Amino acid sequence: MRQQIITKLLAGVAGLGLALGAVGAYASPESDRQELIKYYQSKYPNIKIDDYVYGALAFDEDSKAQYDAIMEFPPYEADIDAGRKLWETPFKNGKTYASCLPNGGKNIAGNYPMFDEAKGKVVTLNDAINDCRTANGEEAYKLGDKNTMGKLTAYMRTLSDGMLMNVKVQGPKAMAAYEDGKKSFFTRKGQLNFACASCHVQNAGTRLRSELISPAVGHTVHWPVFRGGDNLVMLQNRYEGCFKQVRAVPPAIGSTTMNNLEYFHSSLSNGLPMKASVFRK
Amino acid sequence: MRKLHQVAMACAISAIMLSGTALAQNAAPKKEETGKDIAFNRTKGNCLACHGMPTVPDAESTGLYGPPLIAMSARFPDKAKLRAQIWDATAFNPASSMIPFGKHGVLTEEEIDKVTDFVYGL
Repeated sequence: MRQQIITKLLAGVAGLGLALGAVGAYASPESDRQELIKYYQSKYPNIKIDDYVYGALAFDEDSKAQYDAIMEFPPYEADIDAGRKLWETPFKNGKTYASCLPNGGKNIAGNYPMFDEAKGKVVTLNDAINDCRTANGEEAYKLGDKNTMGKLTAYMRTLSDGMLMNVKVQGPKAMAAYEDGKKSFFTRKGQLNFACASCHVQNAGTRLRSELISPAVGHTVHWPVFRGGDNLVMLQNRYEGCFKQVRAVPPAIGSTTMNNLEYFHSSLSNGLPMKASVFRK
Repeated sequence: MRKLHQVAMACAISAIMLSGTALAQNAAPKKEETGKDIAFNRTKGNCLACHGMPTVPDAESTGLYGPPLIAMSARFPDKAKLRAQIWDATAFNPASSMIPFGKHGVLTEEEIDKVTDFVYGL
């Protein structure tokens, strides 16, 4: 019986994969998102889509209660303060991030990653921050560096709390970047032969050893996270970790492959509220 | 009665000696790995990440990606089929998220033999 259920589930997943793959050329990002939500909801009808921003916590009341308690007095506030200082300290030319980024850097995180037609590629929020730095005569931060880019964005992203994720995919070049990210997400990798989707679609809500696995929808709204309370992890740091866990060679942080993956991945959370920075186990 | 006592004593002594030998083997660096060792090792089989083993008391905090491993000889009357499943589950079900332990060289052929024997006995 059990095996039958699992077989059915797997067949369903295969069907979903086929559906997503076969209509790839025609499917809009919005229909991809809806398709995934439908899939999760058919498995977990009692979990509200709005709660997917909590990731695996949405599937476990006790963990969510612990999270709520920790978030009352976050153990990582010193890092957020350090980030605020980085944000407020003017460049040597007297200008600031706020004067360089759109809307003073407020309520913009949900627009990223965005496809930059002039550059012909996807630009993440971290790329945009580095563009500000170099345009103002500063050196770019190392994209994966937790002490600089990590702390800065841990604060800066809080300025967009409550904004709804709003990643746009318009035009053939943007669509190609989106499709590339989607391919990365659904393609198996590494010696252990896992795709992102193997866990975060097929097995979302299931336990891997004692860890509950989160759904891909809702993933990208709350970075950076502080794992264990003090270990700052940005989204692409986490991707790197995923690649290593399945024994694949990770693409460089900030590479086109990583950025396109973040582009696809982020569009899955369109319409969900941003919330930085949060605790995760 | 006395004789029985002596026999019991002899048994106890040999048991102690045997466990002594076992301890010595534990301490030695190259103790041969059992199928269970490989199955439980997180960097080798790591079976428990995905499968419960309801009949194995020390199989704790097991995952649920795959079905529990129980009554395996009834489910796989042909042991070679079970081995093939461990070697590459995607050959039978392309959507399976099970690691192709043989095909991708995660375990050696000898290790897969041992794990197959262990799992077959569950």
